Amino acid sequence: MDKGDGLDRGKKSKPSDQLKLTEAELKENITKVLNTHNPHAPQNIVRFNYKEGVYQRVSVDHTAILFEMESNIVYQDSEEGRRLMLKQGLIKGDVAATPVEDGGEVEEAEEEDRPDSVASKADKKGVKLGNFFHFTDRATQTLNNPPRQINCQTAPPPRSIFSATANQWQIYDAYCEELQKQEKQKATLLKKETDKSKKGVLVTETQVLFSISPLAKETKILERMVHQNTFDEIAQDFKYFEDPSDKFRGQEGTLLPLWTFQHEETRGLSVTALCWNSKYQDLFAVGMGSYDFCKQGRGMIVFYSLKNSSFPEYVFPTTSGVQCLDIHPQHFYLTVVGFYDGCVAVYNLKKKSLEPVCKGTPKTSLLTNPVWQVRWQNDDIDNNHNFFSVSADSRVVSWTLIKHELISTETIRLSVNGGLSNVPDDEQLVNISGGTSLDFHKQTDHLFLVGTEQGKIHKCSIHYSSKFLKTYNAHNSAVYTVKWNHFHPRVFISCSADWTVKIWDDTIKVPVFTFDLMSAIGDVAWAPYSSTIFAAVTIDGIVRVFDLSINKYEAICQQLVVAKKKTKLTHIEFNPVHPVIIVGDDQGLVSSFKLSPNLRKTPKVRKSPWHYHV
Amino acid sequence: MAEVEDTLKRIEAREDVVGIIIVNLDGVYLRSTLDDALTAQYTKHLDRLTVMARSVVRNIDPEDDLTSLRLRIEKNDKHEIMRTTIW
Repeated sequence: MDKGDGLDRGKKSKPSDQLKLTEAELKENITKVLNTHNPHAPQNIVRFNYKEGVYQRVSVDHTAILFEMESNIVYQDSEEGRRLMLKQGLIKGDVAATPVEDGGEVEEAEEEDRPDSVASKADKKGVKLGNFFHFTDRATQTLNNPPRQINCQTAPPPRSIFSATANQWQIYDAYCEELQKQEKQKATLLKKETDKSKKGVLVTETQVLFSISPLAKETKILERMVHQNTFDEIAQDFKYFEDPSDKFRGQEGTLLPLWTFQHEETRGLSVTALCWNSKYQDLFAVGMGSYDFCKQGRGMIVFYSLKNSSFPEYVFPTTSGVQCLDIHPQHFYLTVVGFYDGCVAVYNLKKKSLEPVCKGTPKTSLLTNPVWQVRWQNDDIDNNHNFFSVSADSRVVSWTLIKHELISTETIRLSVNGGLSNVPDDEQLVNISGGTSLDFHKQTDHLFLVGTEQGKIHKCSIHYSSKFLKTYNAHNSAVYTVKWNHFHPRVFISCSADWTVKIWDDTIKVPVFTFDLMSAIGDVAWAPYSSTIFAAVTIDGIVRVFDLSINKYEAICQQLVVAKKKTKLTHIEFNPVHPVIIVGDDQGLVSSFKLSPNLRKTPKVRKSPWHYHV
Repeated sequence: MAEVEDTLKRIEAREDVVGIIIVNLDGVYLRSTLDDALTAQYTKHLDRLTVMARSVVRNIDPEDDLTSLRLRIEKNDKHEIMRTTIW
């Protein structure tokens, strides 16, 4: 049995964790070296050297001291050695020699208590040697200078506490200032060369009391902010509300009332024209005048923004009632207005004055011939703005704005037979028929339509001034509005005093669609987002929206939009981007409505051409 | 000048506007429709807030600047303080 007492009985027992090496590795010679290098000594101690200001390596002693003992052995030839030996009498020197026996005794005694015996022996011999213990203290006291203190206190340097923040924008501002200074210096250098005269008069600065006129823009924004708060729900509706009940309503849609726009100064005037601004799509212009022949008086042009329904942005009072207006599609600050007394005027919104930039009167007319419709056209070759107007004196006039003056050129004369303008005037009087509406084709801009009091619609071109391209016997009475479709190049719509709305294709003499609305119509307008949707307003206060792709016979929305029963709706316009319509009535009120989703369906692209079903 | 006065009067005339304060850059109020103590309070506190808000805006982009600040308060009838500034 293995006792396990650690004795090696001749068996070689390997522990279990012994390293297993190959034969070659076993025979390998491994050299072991002994050196004085202390493995425990640190090698990389560094200390900061203040003199040189760098970190320097400190070398550590590799010697390890194992045992230390102080010895009392003195080298005999050294100073101290000789001194000691002298004391003990071991050397013969200047000092008298001591006999050997004594020396021996002394030597013996030395080993026990050396110092005392030496001292006594020395004294007996007569040689006075320095004695360690019998010493005298001799002290003297010197005069102590009285201590004095000298202080010096200076006035402390003035101190101030300075704090600042260094933000991104402060750094930016500092750079900007620097830049400006440099530029000023450059400018002054240049100026010094040229400027030689100096003013001797000192100009005193007048103290300007604070004026709040620079706050104009801010107060406007503030007013709009307050307005938004007041009409918060309406603003939210305008932006986000989509009538969910439209899904259940089938094809029909509704109009959600939004803001109403009214201005006290427009009391008694009715809305005679509406126009949206193409650039700022929340801005629209309202022309105020009167349709009543007896009640002609002043008029107004009012610009409202959807952002502020309580007060207009711009108000231009006019002497005569406004009949029509149009905002230039590219130069959005120019508005042309046609008046009841036959004048036209162009207003520039950028100018602060309330007066028009220029005003034009028709050349010959003794009768008041209201201008029923004005439309901007593209600038001509010389970059002069020009527009067209149609008036009750049966002329379509082209006006050009040249350096603040309006120059008119007659384009065409409307007559019953579609005739020429070379016939002398008195004969002409029988045949003329006043024009009541005008619209230019959206794509081909030389083509336009004119509606007349007689109920005819003429398709004309700017280039042909004497003849009409085509005439349509549209209605039985005056054509109030004629408008080309925004998308389809051949379709246009017309509405007239005979209570009907008709849709035409310009190649066909007969209307494609006819809608009898049972009530006098004020205005029709095509929707800008769909080629099949249009809206009509009538004097019974109802807005009707039609979508021909959904229902060809009936309106998909008929809604009473005014509170008072007697209010007649006069105009309607679709906003170019937002699903909003504005409706003007004869009380001078403009109401805005949001179209519900059913009314906003854009038609799918048709592959087949338009089929007519009459 | 007159339009600004008109606009201010209109804003003040609205039922939901409690008052208007016009303050200059140094924090001294020039015109106020509220009483003195209230105006002083509003001015003092809003000034600091505006400076800080402006600092935030400009730190993000130094070429930008603060145009207006709106604060909605919970209590009472859900007041809102609006401030537009020209620097």
